[in-house]
Amino acid sequence: MFTSIRGEIDMDSESPPTLESFYQFCTQKKLMAARCKSCGAILVPPRALCPKCNSADMHWTELKGTGRLLTYSVVHVAPSAFQPSVPYAVGIVLLDEGTRLPGMVQVEPGDLRIGLRLKVAFESPQSDKWPSWARYFFVKANPLGRLKV
Amino acid sequence: MKGKPLASIVSAGLSKFGKLEGRYSREIFLEAAREAFDSCSNLDPKRDVKALFVGQMSESFEHQGHVAPSLSDWIGLLPIPATRIEAACASSGAALRCAIFAIMSGIHDVVAVGGVEKMTHRATSDVTEYLAMASDFPMEQWHGITFPAIFGLMATAHMHKYGTTEEQMAMVAVKNHYHGCLNPKAQIQTEITVKQVMESRPVAWPLKLFDCSLISDGASCLVITRPNIARRFTDTPVDIVGTGQASDTIGLYERDDITFMQVARSAAKQAYKMSDKTPRRVDVAEVHDCFTIAEIIAYEDLGFCAPGEGGKLIEKGETQLGGRIPVNTSGGLKAKGHPVGATGTAQACEIYLQLTGQAGRRQVEDASTGLTHNIGGSGATGVVHIYQRRD
Repeated sequence: MFTSIRGEIDMDSESPPTLESFYQFCTQKKLMAARCKSCGAILVPPRALCPKCNSADMHWTELKGTGRLLTYSVVHVAPSAFQPSVPYAVGIVLLDEGTRLPGMVQVEPGDLRIGLRLKVAFESPQSDKWPSWARYFFVKANPLGRLKV
Repeated sequence: MKGKPLASIVSAGLSKFGKLEGRYSREIFLEAAREAFDSCSNLDPKRDVKALFVGQMSESFEHQGHVAPSLSDWIGLLPIPATRIEAACASSGAALRCAIFAIMSGIHDVVAVGGVEKMTHRATSDVTEYLAMASDFPMEQWHGITFPAIFGLMATAHMHKYGTTEEQMAMVAVKNHYHGCLNPKAQIQTEITVKQVMESRPVAWPLKLFDCSLISDGASCLVITRPNIARRFTDTPVDIVGTGQASDTIGLYERDDITFMQVARSAAKQAYKMSDKTPRRVDVAEVHDCFTIAEIIAYEDLGFCAPGEGGKLIEKGETQLGGRIPVNTSGGLKAKGHPVGATGTAQACEIYLQLTGQAGRRQVEDASTGLTHNIGGSGATGVVHIYQRRD
């Protein structure tokens, strides 16, 4: 069991509340958050200590991956690793569970607007070297897909 | 402590800002330190200066870590303690606060504090990558969210919530370029128009090239002393009467509202309270205009106007020379330049010049109270200082 300074928490040693675990789940195409058992805060990326109530009593919860766009920008000048992708949109998404997540927004620039319904999608890890993290990104939500939830 | 001087600036020096080709950062820092030392005839640096605090953001630009001793060596101050402070673009603002604490502790009577960055020899894509390190790597940089994009996200949110316009942001650039024309140390000394800003190429929409501060080389240096010995060194000391600093999440996305900076509001509140001043008492301010939207948000966070009114404040011309509260008379980060580690103490240099009547063609008449606002990253660090002319 993962042990924190406040004692054992409900996350096993295979997946402690770390960034590495978060991105491991992304490899499995799962958007996972730590949920604070004490105050209910949903933390993405996960943390061992709740920033809202200081509790260390956490467990994993899978997020639906749907939400709406809070704000956005369109990047035209990027570091070399991203330069081939310009122009691309990035944004902050308010997930339906009430937590926020930043990321690329793969939507035509003309369609970008605050409030746009989005859903998460996943890439495969691109490299064996650190950081070999599977990126998530956002695409337009399919309204029919939303009804199923 | 309310309203009492914490420490006093007795001298200030600034290198030329711009593209200083063929020079290493310690050589540029020497230019700033020499101006500070040589303009203070009663100061013997080797005898009097007992510690050095320097702000520098990134080792990556020159592949050089551990800069503080080398800077101290180059300006002739070995073996006094020399310490580098890193708080991204607020590095030397934070260093100034450490220098004030060193004085207030009673351990040192006279200390030097400054900052330096050498950036222009690097490709723009490399500079973009190094500056982005001030944001969150796993959740922001990893997803291609550049530093201009961070401020683009804030600008979009501010425009949506308050109706702030791209034209109002452009007016910040126009004003600061105008002020830069009056500052011989400024990197850019040409005027621009709103149309030119609006038509400049996009960097991170809604921010365009002329909404962004510059990639710059430069250094700044101050000598500060215990207030009661300041007159040994100069007849016109400037007292630092308020200091404030605060921290926030490194990730912008973690904040409930990104149309303001909690660190700036908190640091300002601390500094106003300590100095027993209100925003209305500020005669001249240097604020962190890393992007034009940041200056608009700064007006609001510092209480120069109500939240959401920043766009109107620039539009009415109240923050330009001759206005109610002139902001960034130096040209700001936008025109004077933004060698990131040097910026915090460079802002203090401008306020020192203004409060001692040495600001030349950009002098604010009878300026007696000044303020500096220095931001690290997307607002994970904020540092505010308040200064008072000694009469």
